[in-house]
Amino acid sequence: MTKRNKTARLIMGVLTAAVLLAFAFPFLWMLLASFKTQSQIMSTGQLFAFKPTTHNYASVFEEYDFLGYILNSLVVGLGSTVLALLLGLPAAYAIARHHLHKLGLVILVARIIPGITFLIPWFILFSKIKLVDTYTALILSHMLVGLPFIIWIMISFFEALPKEIEEAGLIDGCTHHQVFMRVILPISGPGVITSSLLSFIFSWNNFMFSIILSGDKTKPLPVAVFNFMSYSEINWGALMAAACVITLPVLVIALLAQRYVVNGLAAGAVKG
Amino acid sequence: MPYNWFDRNLKWIYVLPAVAFVLVMMLFPILYTVRISFYEWSMSAITPPKWVGLDNYAALLKESRFWHAAGSTLYFTVVALAVEVVLGVAIALLLSREFRGKNLVKTVFLLPMVATPVAMGLVWLLIYEPTIGAANLMLKAIGLKPMLWLGSPAQAIPSLIIVDVWQWTPMISLIVMAGLATIPREPYEAADVDGAGRWKKFASITLPLLRPTILVAAMLRLIDVLKTFDIIYATTQGGPDLATETLNIYGYVLGFQYFKLGMASSLLVLFFALVMGLTLVMIWMRKRMEAQYD
Repeated sequence: MTKRNKTARLIMGVLTAAVLLAFAFPFLWMLLASFKTQSQIMSTGQLFAFKPTTHNYASVFEEYDFLGYILNSLVVGLGSTVLALLLGLPAAYAIARHHLHKLGLVILVARIIPGITFLIPWFILFSKIKLVDTYTALILSHMLVGLPFIIWIMISFFEALPKEIEEAGLIDGCTHHQVFMRVILPISGPGVITSSLLSFIFSWNNFMFSIILSGDKTKPLPVAVFNFMSYSEINWGALMAAACVITLPVLVIALLAQRYVVNGLAAGAVKG
Repeated sequence: MPYNWFDRNLKWIYVLPAVAFVLVMMLFPILYTVRISFYEWSMSAITPPKWVGLDNYAALLKESRFWHAAGSTLYFTVVALAVEVVLGVAIALLLSREFRGKNLVKTVFLLPMVATPVAMGLVWLLIYEPTIGAANLMLKAIGLKPMLWLGSPAQAIPSLIIVDVWQWTPMISLIVMAGLATIPREPYEAADVDGAGRWKKFASITLPLLRPTILVAAMLRLIDVLKTFDIIYATTQGGPDLATETLNIYGYVLGFQYFKLGMASSLLVLFFALVMGLTLVMIWMRKRMEAQYD
């Protein structure tokens, strides 16, 4: 019996390691290739043992101005997240406290509809009012992705807060608005962190809206990395360095705020 | 009157800006898309939009390229979803026991979901590269013949399905693990008394109790798999020979490469109807299932 248990545990352990490796492999491969020269990538003799070079990273920043694209992504990511919080937090609170779930559903529909359905009208409208290639167009479009997530995560968060906290505030003479601003928001840190991180990550990763609504002045990272590929022959090392540069910030966020991100993804998911 | 007007109407003041934003950014575009789906319009300044009624829809439904895209969407969605659900549940069961390094595994599991899809598309492009890619090196290492992967029309969709499975199976697993944590111990203890084996316990306790959770996870993935864009566009742009052109990609190509805005809009209306229809079916199934258990 114990012997059988031991074998079973060994099999489970090996399976777990295999799963781990399979899901980590592309990241490992990307990282390795980003430190290789083109000829090292081309020769299959130097898979893991090679003399690393930082040339790819240098060329990404010096020749292709990635700092500018990073800045664009930051402006759009932070802008859309802050504005979505501004609209989303009060809305989620009102929906949670006053049971306006039908209105909540209207907002959730934005999560279900294929984003491409909005893209032609947006493009026509934004062209007409000369907003294509401005941060405004990108921020507005990215907000439509972040806002539903913020609202749905915050609804369950606010619903879990005990009602007594608010009642105490009201007895102390606060108005409802003051209760929200001075009592509810200060204790909502974890929820706000979760939803802002996810909203920022979605904006940082967004490709479809950005490729149409951005231009030379506002091009964010995913579009820049994608365009980078079409320069004649594929320079794999530089491409992988660019992929590392764009992925690193979100991976760092995910690792630092692991619990929040998992909870947020699960909450956004289950409510969806 | 203890509160002023502002405080009495606070819930509307709180909720309406968000609703107004969503309606303007979402409802207006949808209605506009429906409207231009009845026009022939190529976005040129010389020829103004021309009302053609249902002609765009009729033309689309007669096109083999449209049906091909619909078929590719269905193929990609059904296979990816099936693999992700089965694999996701299996991995959740594997990881739900206690073991050393559990947090590390969960962390690694999180990375594919948050990593930038375009960047990941490029990484997979390198992995699938026929001469230098890791995928063929592995095939050779275990004595199999190398493949063309994304370069072959027949292998392209399965290759993309592998990427989607890599990226999103963790999502199903995480949701299912959360569901597993809420299953009570008592049924298992009763089963132990009855002398039930491991498989029997799984089939008659775990799986039935997990069914609502699995359905929620599958529903969520269904909605998103249908809409897959980034990975496909970043790797194949619909090729080779339109093999990976899904409805989403074809809509994009019609609209922003051919500038056939009317035709693209009619395709998007059909696509929108498909996604909404399937979502409603899933919601209805979930309701029915909940009713069964009550």
